Amino acid sequence: MALNEGIAASLQVHYGAFALTTDLQLPGRGVIALFGPSGSGKTTLLRCIAGLERSATGRLMVNGECWQDDSRRLFLAPHRRPIGYVFQEANLFPHLDVRGNLEYGMRRVPAGQRRVAWDRALELLGIAHLLERLPNGLSGGERQRVGIARALLTSPQLLLLDEPLASLDAARKQEILPYLERLHDELAMPVLYVSHAPDEVARLADHIVVLEEGRVLADGPLSETLARLDLPIRFGEEAGVVLAGAIAERDAQWHLARVDFGGGSLWVRDNGAALGRRVRVRILARDVSIATARFDSSISNTLAATIVAHGDDDHPALVLVRLSVGNDILLARLTRRSAARLDLFVGKEVWIQIKAVALL
Amino acid sequence: MNLTPDDWSAVRLSLELATLTIIVLLLVGTPIAWWLARTRSRWKGPVGAIVALPMVLPPTVLGFYLLVALGPAGPVGFLTQQFGLGYLPFTFPGLVVASVFYSLPFVVQPVQNAFEAIGNGPLEAAATLRAGPWDRFFTVALPLARPGLVTGTILGFAHTIGEFGIVLMIGGNIPDKTRVISMQIYNHVEALEYGQAHGLAGGLLLFSFCVLLALYTLGAGRRLWR
Repeated sequence: MALNEGIAASLQVHYGAFALTTDLQLPGRGVIALFGPSGSGKTTLLRCIAGLERSATGRLMVNGECWQDDSRRLFLAPHRRPIGYVFQEANLFPHLDVRGNLEYGMRRVPAGQRRVAWDRALELLGIAHLLERLPNGLSGGERQRVGIARALLTSPQLLLLDEPLASLDAARKQEILPYLERLHDELAMPVLYVSHAPDEVARLADHIVVLEEGRVLADGPLSETLARLDLPIRFGEEAGVVLAGAIAERDAQWHLARVDFGGGSLWVRDNGAALGRRVRVRILARDVSIATARFDSSISNTLAATIVAHGDDDHPALVLVRLSVGNDILLARLTRRSAARLDLFVGKEVWIQIKAVALL
Repeated sequence: MNLTPDDWSAVRLSLELATLTIIVLLLVGTPIAWWLARTRSRWKGPVGAIVALPMVLPPTVLGFYLLVALGPAGPVGFLTQQFGLGYLPFTFPGLVVASVFYSLPFVVQPVQNAFEAIGNGPLEAAATLRAGPWDRFFTVALPLARPGLVTGTILGFAHTIGEFGIVLMIGGNIPDKTRVISMQIYNHVEALEYGQAHGLAGGLLLFSFCVLLALYTLGAGRRLWR
């Protein structure tokens, strides 16, 4: 990473009993998830970066530019920061139609600095047919898509998304997620994505910052960070890892596809992804079981693995086991009793059976 | 109920006064309303109370203090004299000044409520879309506060048309200069010309009813958006 690329945020905010303190060094590319429960300070951190929290103090550098430095009494007003901000509730202007909303930000950016084309943004978010409509006549999902396009059309150097899916039901989420993935794949624009939903993070993020009660618990590349033993507790039932791989084979007879990753291959339900396509799979710790010998079962994904470490889970009956499969790390959640019965120790070679693999 | 030329002169004067007053009020009251809606200053309470005073004070009290302040012995009177404007009491400009104070809360409060109802959301969105403070005010706050501005304009105008006590205190009863409708009605009643009084009083009654009817049925008092 070049020295001046990325986001360096040493910020403090206090309101009443709540305090947020961060000292973060984030990459200047990809999707960075700010993950944590409600009240952990993730939205506040995003607002600090946008300049919407005037009471924040400290220092903020983005791609080599100083946006805030209280030691030099420097504070760049939000409208001077080259950001795009997507709010939880979209915050479209009710007095303007969709076209007016989209043009609002774009017009305020000098023509020479516009890198995101009008047609491209409309096509990317699928909103070309909504241009003449008023925001009040749109569904929640449509509003959010307009909000994202409106932010994109300012050609931001940094896109900030504040739980854009939180106010939507499951079906609407599924409607928007593919658009967000396309943003990730097709726009070379760093994105800060606030979320408390592990499935969204697993699907979209490249880098994760875990926040709790105003403090940063962990930050790092997604797969590495998810595979840590001290963090899964924060994810509860959703503890698990994300592996990156590619579609290597499609079996038309059984409607299955083979995904090859560093440590081997997995069979997943074929969702139509083309051969060679890069995909992510998510494997939850609770879906991984351990056996000392290979035997036949209904489970089609069985891999050789080595135990790397184990740690406490949130309930005393459970343990989390960290396993290496080739270059990749998986987590398994089992009862303490099973771990004792199987005589699991670090370095032991075992077979793991994976009950469910979600192709993201 | 034929109106005399004097009556028509009073009607014209009242309309001129109300029009001028509402223009000044929108220019002066809107920034005050914006400040009251957005500020976290400890002066918000006192300033809000001062703006609201004319709603509870008898117009004679307000008129009395304005008379003192604008007159030869008052600070404002001293200034207007220094600038060669003479003294404002018993002139039409004096009436405009008095009416602005008198009708201020009727414009400021609906506009302030409308600004408050906008909330932070749209203004923050505008800020992240590169709009500076003035830009946000004119392209987001004012259009979204339109219902409040309409209500404030109607109330302020109607309230100014109907003022009496303050005109009596500061403007007197000078034909073609300060004799507005309410003064003319008073004159007719004093002269026992009840028929003439009916003409003007009935007109005002009808006007006030129509204004309120418009407010309630056109929905200017409700939120036009959402």
